[in-house]
Amino acid sequence: MTLIVAKMGSKSEFETGLHALFTRVFGESAALESIQRLSGGASQETWALGGGEHEVILRRSPGGTRAARSSAAIGLAAEARLIEAAATTGVPVPDVLHVLDDHDGLGDGFLMSRVLGETIARPILRNPEFENARTKLAAQSGAALAAIHAIPTDTLPPELALSDGRAQIAQYEEIYRSFDAPRPVFELALQWLKANTPTPRDTVLVHGDFRLGNLMVDETGLAAVLDWELAHLGDPREDIAWVCVNSWRFGQSQNRVGGFGNLGDLLNAYNQKTGQDILASEIDWWEMLGSLKWGVMCMIMYEAFRSGADASVERAAIGRRVSETEIDLINLLEAAHA
Amino acid sequence: MHDQPSISELVQAVKNFIDESAAPNLTGHAAFHARVASNALATVLRDLEQRPNAEVAERARLITLLGADEDADIKTLNAELSTRIQSDAFSIETAGLLAHLKATTMAQVEIDQPRYSGLKTAKT
Repeated sequence: MTLIVAKMGSKSEFETGLHALFTRVFGESAALESIQRLSGGASQETWALGGGEHEVILRRSPGGTRAARSSAAIGLAAEARLIEAAATTGVPVPDVLHVLDDHDGLGDGFLMSRVLGETIARPILRNPEFENARTKLAAQSGAALAAIHAIPTDTLPPELALSDGRAQIAQYEEIYRSFDAPRPVFELALQWLKANTPTPRDTVLVHGDFRLGNLMVDETGLAAVLDWELAHLGDPREDIAWVCVNSWRFGQSQNRVGGFGNLGDLLNAYNQKTGQDILASEIDWWEMLGSLKWGVMCMIMYEAFRSGADASVERAAIGRRVSETEIDLINLLEAAHA
Repeated sequence: MHDQPSISELVQAVKNFIDESAAPNLTGHAAFHARVASNALATVLRDLEQRPNAEVAERARLITLLGADEDADIKTLNAELSTRIQSDAFSIETAGLLAHLKATTMAQVEIDQPRYSGLKTAKT
């Protein structure tokens, strides 16, 4: 686990750094004209920088104390290298333009091209301008995941951990137990998942957080896959199931894939491109693991409040979202037991 | 001791202030946090109203399920239930276990996030 805290003394020092960065990357004639903090991204800062013909995005570690999101984040320099690798197999990704170093004095992060579109789930799932996109997103997700899982694993940053289903159960169970806050629903889900662990499929690069919020969507569908910080080596079904987790359907439960599509469309595109034969029934176990993981991640974020590391109301309130994952686990356990 | 305003009334008053005075004057992250704060206070109000009855029912179910002492407190009972599942003494096959967990979790989500889609699924 790498935790690099980029502390900027003041806003003006930060802005001075950004101006210098802009000139360093785009040349002496380039002048930074606009700096805008984009919302979203609870664990990383995202800034839109503009000047002349250059419209770019800076993704960097938070200026203050870094809030724990997960014990599995790979660091922003590694994330930049992954995005470059993903471009080579046809994953829609932004162009990485520069990786921050000590010379920049801006902490950990990288500069990338700005891909236009929407990341917020609610408009993507409800607004009429995305109606056409919604009909395509499931198949496009299948194709994008196929391309991600085709990234050669021998050229990847060494920070990437190998974490299959069994390892993830162990990892998240350990975190859950460390809080000493027993939740009987989590106990039953852990017991069921352990008793029904599937045989692993061939190891691939797993994105680890493929879902709305981390996907740039425009009117034609999937424009870019973002937020690679939870990438690791593992089972391809983890990614397919994660976007099916009910928390990531954002209220549109009837559409199993991300609230926008059906699993058959995703799997058809995926299997056609990879030559695999992954069945819908194989996704159930991984979806239950996904709900459990998100529940534990909510506990981690609440812990940041409870421990005093982050006093925000958002970190406090997220502790009351753990029960959402518990009701999803109950629904999945009932279905599995029927 | 007096209770005018009551805890619920005070919480409601603060929520009114956030919704009607503070939030409209905020932008960006502060506006987002104001929404979260307002929702948190709505949870507080539901918790004050619903938890007492929900915990009476939960405790009664736990005592039956575990064959526990009538005066055991709810935290101890839930710790014991967790231990029984963790040790495989209880499983999904245990009569009444899944039904108990479902009833308890539904009551919890009714307080925490009553509009959550998974709650609707659980009700059907």
